[in-house]
Parts: sequence; C-alpha cells; structure tokens
Amino acid sequence: MNRRNALPDAEAALAALAERMQGAIAIDAGLVGIYSGGAWLAQRLAEMLPGNHPLGYIDVSFYRDDYSKKGLHANVATTQLPFEVGGSRIVLIDDVLYTGRSVRAAINELFDYGRPDSIELAVLIDRGGRELPFEPTYVGARVSVAKNLSIVLNRQLDGRLELTVEAAGGA
Amino acid sequence: MNNPQLNDKGELIHLLTLEGLPAEVIGRILDTAVPFVSVAERDVKKVPLLRGKTVFNLFFENSTRTRTTFEIAAKRLSADVINLNIGVSSTSKGETLLDTIDNLVAMNADMFVVRHGQSGAPHLIARHLSAAGQTGIHVINAGDGRHAHPTQGLLDLFTIRHYKHEFSRLTVAIVGDLLHSRVARSLIHGLTTLGTPEVRAIGPQTLLPAAIESLGVHVFHDMADGLRGADVIVMLRLQSERMKGALLPSAGEFFKHYGLTQDKLALAKPDAIVMHPGPMNRGVEIDSAVADGKHSVILPQVTFGIAVRMAVMSMLASS
Repeated sequence: MNRRNALPDAEAALAALAERMQGAIAIDAGLVGIYSGGAWLAQRLAEMLPGNHPLGYIDVSFYRDDYSKKGLHANVATTQLPFEVGGSRIVLIDDVLYTGRSVRAAINELFDYGRPDSIELAVLIDRGGRELPFEPTYVGARVSVAKNLSIVLNRQLDGRLELTVEAAGGA
Repeated sequence: MNNPQLNDKGELIHLLTLEGLPAEVIGRILDTAVPFVSVAERDVKKVPLLRGKTVFNLFFENSTRTRTTFEIAAKRLSADVINLNIGVSSTSKGETLLDTIDNLVAMNADMFVVRHGQSGAPHLIARHLSAAGQTGIHVINAGDGRHAHPTQGLLDLFTIRHYKHEFSRLTVAIVGDLLHSRVARSLIHGLTTLGTPEVRAIGPQTLLPAAIESLGVHVFHDMADGLRGADVIVMLRLQSERMKGALLPSAGEFFKHYGLTQDKLALAKPDAIVMHPGPMNRGVEIDSAVADGKHSVILPQVTFGIAVRMAVMSMLASS
C-alpha cells in the first residue's frame, strides 16, 4: 500500500510552516520539539527563522496518559531544556497533530520546569481527529487520512524530511 | 526453564535476581534509566508515571540507605510509599511472611520492595502472588540473604557503562568480602551476561565463596596481581556483622592486604574508576584518599541508583 502520494511533501510543508511563523513568533522564543519528529523540525526551524531561538527537546514518555496500557517505549530520550523555562515564550513543535494527547503531555512536562509566559503550538501536519481541546497556532499542511493509518515523519541520511503513511500501531 | 521474573511477552514483572535475566532485558533497564537521571536536575523532581500506585517498602532487615533510595525513586515517580520496618512489627507478634503480604494486598498494594535476611524470600512472595492470581502486583528484591541485590547490581552496571561506555573490553576487579556479598553476586551475573571478558575476584580464601570460579570469575589472593590493568575496581564492605567465626585476624590486617590505597590503585589502568556499594568503612577496605580521590565514582553511584530504581519500577508497573 503506497499512500505517499496523498501526503504533501514534507520539505514544502516545512517551508510553509516557517513562513507562517516568521514575524509571528517572538524574536527570542524557545523552540521546543517533541521527540523525535518535532526535534528534527525544531532544529530546521531554528536555522530557517530569524532571531536567536534557544532550542529544547521533550520526550513525553513519562507523561503519557496511555502508559499503564502501553508501557514505556524502548527508547526514551532525555528531555533537554537548556534555558530558563519560567518566564520564557515557547513554541512547542510536533510533526503530526492528531488526538492532542502528546501536546497535553508536553505542556504538563514544561510546567514541571517552570511557568512559561506563553506557549504556542506549531505542527507540520494537522490531521484532525482531536480528542482534547487543542488547536495549533501554526500549521504546515492539513491532511485527512483514515483512522487506521499513522502519518510518520522520517529523516533521510542527507537530512531531508519525508512523510509516509503506515498502519497504525506499527510505528 | 520458566523465569518467574518475565511474563510470556518477555516483559519484566518482578525483579528478583540478575541471574538468568537476558542481556536485552538488562540493557533495556539501563537504557530506560538514562532519561530518569535528568529528572533529579529539574525544578519539579517528579514525573507522574506511578501516580495513584502504592508501593510498600518491606524491610525485614535494616537498611536506611537502600530503603531511602527506593523511597525517593518511588516518590519521584509520584507513587505513594509506605515504609514498614517489619523487624519491629507484626512478624515479631507471630504473623507469617505470607500473611503479612496478604494483608497488604487487601490494602491494594501495587508493588512490594522487599529486603529480607533469608535468601529466596522475595521469590516466595512473587510465587505466592502468582498462585493467588495477583498478576498486577510486582515484587522487587532489595537484597535477600547472601543471594542477590539486583538493583545494586544494575546501578553498578549503569555506573560502569556511564564511564566506560561498553563492557566488551573491560577488566573488572571485585575486592574484599565476596563471601557475604549479594552485591558481588548480582554484579558478577550482570557483568558476565553483558559480555565482560575479565571479571576478577580478589580476597582471602576465607572471604571468597567456594565455587566462585564456576561463575566465570578469575580468583586472586594477591591484591597487586589482581588489580594490574583493571578498568574498574569494585570495593566491597567488610561485613563484620555477618561474620560468624574467625574468618579474619583483624580489620587492620585486612586493610594491609586488601585495603585500597593510592599505591595499589596505581597498579590499575590510569583511568580506572573506583566503586563501592556503601556504606564505606574508611581505613578498613578503602583509604580516605582513594574514597575522596579523582578515580572515585562512589557518590555518582548513589545518584544513578535512584534513576535505575525509577526505571525498574516504571517498567514493572507498565508490564
């Protein structure tokens, strides 16, 4: 099954996302990516956007609400927020916004580091299907795919990003 | 053989001993512990993984340090922790171990952390829970008799991996009272499972278990010979309170032959690390200059121990 054609090009969606963020986000806003796709995007956006944006990464594994059902992932990464979260303006970055549960977990985790002045949400892909009341501030592209499919962001060896569709639960 | 620590999906359901635990499970615990180290460096030193769970620390044998580190680990996972010093509680009124467990199960316990003077007590509890169909309740061995102390073994492995990155080229020397040491036994099982090529046991004949070479360990009675070229030196506490009969002439005599001094440390590799499970007896098994010196990673061991226990507890609770 190749549904790749149904998806936008990841690099084009990233360019669109950067364009929407440019001038809109605070010049010193921290870019905090949710592992792993959001972390790649945060790095790319920090290069593309003007200003001096501190980078951070969040692994939400310790805050997920399905932990007791699914357990911990095999490869939990370390959350790194090397700037003062209290009083900062943060743009939280994720690859695909779906149910909103990762965003909920990430915001909970951010508040355990301090009280940010503001948090905005930037996503490469919004696929709808929210189960929690979150709306993104900046979106690269909106797509709709069947419920039993996952949209996955991959990074090629040369650093280029690519979107694929997989059967849900396989990722 | 059926391993009571793993379920049929190969997930950890109890942590009783490192003996027979597959390398990938040990590796997974060590990997999972890495991100937990940073939880201690944050403003809010807590993550919500075990929120609403009740952890009972059952210490049938005293150990302030081990009990405290388990308590901190559970609290940083947001669990509720109940400490029971059974030595001064119901069992002294005649209640059996398993009756104590049944009562705590009736109070909706989710996890037992068990320290017991009898080897096999945590196994007994785990089997009892399975027989009763209580598959959602997990047991962690926090030291049983001379048998095992798996979380200490894991934190030792974590510390070695942190400083030396891999096991496949290491020489690890374990020095002192191996006879009474469940710490040494757990560490040896872990090191051999992870493929450490050279594990040495250094000590007097009277303080080395008779069949220790069957664990794949090279025995040295001369400390200088044993330390030569070592990457890692693990000093063990001289457990004088466990010694019945005259195994040693005196603590001073022991220090002369098996105490780690800077002169002896110089025989090991220049970047060797010195570990000790604590509590240390300065001037008995280790000289202060070494314990406080630049090769010592004794205090980082304590810090890592909390992260390792958090990893074990969260893996158990999600199985």
